[in-house]
Amino acid sequence: MCDQTFMAITFGPCDNCSTTSPLMNIYIKNEPTNYCSFCVEMMACQGLLKGETLASLKNESESLKKKLEEERAKLHDVELHQVAEKIEVVSALSIKTRRVLKGHGNKVLCMDWCKDKRRLVSSSQDGKVIVWDGFTLNKEHAVPMPCTWVMACAYAPSGCAIACGGLDNKCSVYPLSLDKNENLAAKKKSVAMHTNYLSGCTFTNSDMQILTSSGDGTCALWDVESGQLLQSFHGHTADVLSLDLAPSETGNTFVSGGCDKKANVWDMRSGQNVQSFETHESDINCVKYYPSGDAFASASDDATCRLYDLRADREVAVYQKDSIIFGVSSLDFSLSGRLLFGGYNDYTINIWDVLKGNRVSMLFGHENRVSTVKVSPDGTSVCSASWDNTLRIWA
Amino acid sequence: MPVINVEDLTDLDRAKMEVTQLKLEVKLERWQTSKCCEEMKDYIQAGVEEDILVKGIPEEKNPFKEKGGCVIC
Repeated sequence: MCDQTFMAITFGPCDNCSTTSPLMNIYIKNEPTNYCSFCVEMMACQGLLKGETLASLKNESESLKKKLEEERAKLHDVELHQVAEKIEVVSALSIKTRRVLKGHGNKVLCMDWCKDKRRLVSSSQDGKVIVWDGFTLNKEHAVPMPCTWVMACAYAPSGCAIACGGLDNKCSVYPLSLDKNENLAAKKKSVAMHTNYLSGCTFTNSDMQILTSSGDGTCALWDVESGQLLQSFHGHTADVLSLDLAPSETGNTFVSGGCDKKANVWDMRSGQNVQSFETHESDINCVKYYPSGDAFASASDDATCRLYDLRADREVAVYQKDSIIFGVSSLDFSLSGRLLFGGYNDYTINIWDVLKGNRVSMLFGHENRVSTVKVSPDGTSVCSASWDNTLRIWA
Repeated sequence: MPVINVEDLTDLDRAKMEVTQLKLEVKLERWQTSKCCEEMKDYIQAGVEEDILVKGIPEEKNPFKEKGGCVIC
């Protein structure tokens, strides 16, 4: 790195080496300091092995990516839809709106089903988190949050608590009480603390741990009782927008997707990024594991949904159509994995045949973007949340 | 609090992270795509009969059916 010509408005002793010379005004960790140009160069070279520069690392990165593609291509002998040619097509679906949940005062950003298959929790830009009974439309609880844009919410596996967060950079857990008069907001427990907005949260197999994803580019695993950080996951180079836990009981992995167009698979115990996929052309808004746990799908602003097989270590299907130009915000699989429901920014939900790759049906009804789509735990219905302030249950 | 904020990393740190990660990924053991697709197809075929959203459900059994009116005889 050659010495740069710079405008020096300060001349004096360097804060690092104390030699008197023209000084560059720089910020280290947000603190203003004055370093001479030699010290600035030395600082930029810290951490480099002999001979390494930014350019050489980038070249190495490019050649490794090429090698990775070659290795993956060696085993790519067939497309998913070819394998599925002999299977009969999905017959016409009779899915329609069964419930419209009204009550939020602004865009509904997220929702989650309870394991009892009838209750659900939803969060909105209006700062409220509501727990509904999907059968009766009864609002069982309404919790006001201190911030607007509550972007993530989750139901605990026991059904006794909910977690939510957003622009407050935190994930808070609220135990749900049977007493309607109890002030839930008073029992709030702050669990996760990020340095940027919370984009996603989910309980692990018990009520005791929460996994979060954030705009600060990291995911983290927290202990609910103590609020302690158990593991953090670094690897994304931009905001992480979504995460999903692997379905099996023994599974200890999760997948995350973000604005760096990458979907990463992580080992929860070691914090290690085990696999990474980068085929989308824009931000990944949502990632979801396939019911068997051997694959996952991602939804992106590039208007496509893509299916990645973890054992083949590659993308095996792309769900797209020339007429679909709006980004996909969310997706979920039906119980057997035959259908893929995608919520789009053009207000519709497209239903795809996972094996054959074609669109089977469309669900109309929302009057603004669909923000979240989730199939109920027993697979009988799908719930969608939208910027039109409502949620719809389709069955 | 998570240890790093991605925006605070220098380009150099990010490049190093990327190279280290790629080195690990290149070494993974992979299956044939055809084998994986066959397994996926078998998994779906095994479960599709019970998949209500695919097969449909008679109106009476649907937990979300339209609520009927009450009739007092």
